[in-house]
Amino acid sequence: MTQLPTHTDKKLGLAIDLDTCVGCQACVTACKGWNDQGYGAALSDQNPYGADPYGTFLNRVHSYQVQPDIGAAQIINFPRSCLHCEDAPCVTVCPTGASYKRTEDGIVLVNEDACIGCGLCAWACPYGARELDQAAGVMKKCTLCVDRIYNENLPEEDREPACVRTCPTGARHFGDFADPDSKVSKLVAERGGYDLMPDLKTKPTNKYLPPRKKDIPQEASLLAPLLDIQATGFAGWLDKVLGKLG
Amino acid sequence: MKPAPSVILFTVLSGMGFGLLAFLGAGFVQPVGWLAFFHWGLGYGLAVGGLAASTFHLGNPQRALKAFTQWQTSWLSREAWASVLTLVLLAPVALSDWLGLGWPRVTGLIGAVACFGTVFTTSMIYAQIAAVPRWNNWTVPAMFVSFELTGGALLSGQVLPALIGCSALILALYAHKTKGDVAFAKRGQTLGKATGLDQVGSATVFEQPHTSPNYLMREMIYVVARKHIARLWPIAFGAAAILPAVLVVLLPYHLLTFALAALIHLMGAAASRWLFFAQAEHVVGLYYGQR
Repeated sequence: MTQLPTHTDKKLGLAIDLDTCVGCQACVTACKGWNDQGYGAALSDQNPYGADPYGTFLNRVHSYQVQPDIGAAQIINFPRSCLHCEDAPCVTVCPTGASYKRTEDGIVLVNEDACIGCGLCAWACPYGARELDQAAGVMKKCTLCVDRIYNENLPEEDREPACVRTCPTGARHFGDFADPDSKVSKLVAERGGYDLMPDLKTKPTNKYLPPRKKDIPQEASLLAPLLDIQATGFAGWLDKVLGKLG
Repeated sequence: MKPAPSVILFTVLSGMGFGLLAFLGAGFVQPVGWLAFFHWGLGYGLAVGGLAASTFHLGNPQRALKAFTQWQTSWLSREAWASVLTLVLLAPVALSDWLGLGWPRVTGLIGAVACFGTVFTTSMIYAQIAAVPRWNNWTVPAMFVSFELTGGALLSGQVLPALIGCSALILALYAHKTKGDVAFAKRGQTLGKATGLDQVGSATVFEQPHTSPNYLMREMIYVVARKHIARLWPIAFGAAAILPAVLVVLLPYHLLTFALAALIHLMGAAASRWLFFAQAEHVVGLYYGQR
């Protein structure tokens, strides 16, 4: 059903740390790799080795140059995937009921057997989280690796989304935002995690942790400490004698 | 947004078809016999043809019937219901006109109202999308319904309704253009705001996340032909509304006059609908530093 649940027991999602992300694209590759097998239609590629490659991905990492008012410009890498919004506009526009939000954990999913591939949900999403697979003709989106996180055939440390599991810098955190004591909730509270485009009233579950304030570069000369030596004792005597010689 | 031919055909043709059906249903023109068959046939043909065209862009059209299930939340589903109910509702009047059965026209009147309801649901598919600021306002239903009124009046040979329709259309097109031109800026979204990086400094794209365009860029970031915009808007105004109005006033009241006016109106409608899509900017473009 495309009616959104009024309440979800859990609010599973990601907290993405823009301070630690190095833009290595490992999460993009891990996501594509995991979702090439298992849940739903495989993420296809068209002409992957040709001049004009094209493919379906559920996670993209942008790279921005940000110039603060004071100090040097920074590169900030920005992973972008489904935010599993509480008021997901992609769900309510769906004419067939293929798009839905789960009551138990708040994950937004697509029932591919009911998807007609009209693309309206991708239009409705402000964040570009959905891509229509050109081979299967159905809408693909982040499943929060629903086939990993509850999968008891996997070792416990692997029961988290592939992007989180693979991130070499620990920039992606998975957890329940409905639980104030969860790791992700605490991170958001400590670091001032924020929503993307909150004025569109989608109430995203995923949060972004802002880059930490960088050290302010020293304006003074690196030699500054050497220029004003007040030596005492033997060093002071030596300084005086050498100064006379010079 | 990508101006896909299937969606332009769908909205333009079905809008005109439902317009003609509304005028026939309401009894503005009451042809009999084979003339009725051709009138109603044209209305049904345009409406059904337009709806059929809309299935061309589906990834899995064989499941299209499922689109009737989510009318409680989805405007696309409501449109599916509205269009089928309207076509069914008008069928007795159409049959009665064709075969001279003399059945009461009350279902025709209800059907005429339903025709406008149907086109309203079509317009709301676009107007509901907050991520496309140009569409997300009342001018979209106003424009779609004005097109329906004008197209229907021209195809059914009604001078006064055609003039009213053309006037409404000029106002609606003007409102849509002027409101739309500032809608994105008014929404106040920038790359910095969309990413939240404005709290660090001024953000620009350093490197794109992929080297060739993806679905999002092909579907929602349409850049190529915006240079034509300056030329197409006058054509849209002129062909869709001004010329047809001038023609039905100046030329003698004849089938050919209205056929010519309707044909010119159709071209104007297609031009304006192309602009409707091509000019609409989706906020996802911000992440790519493009619109």
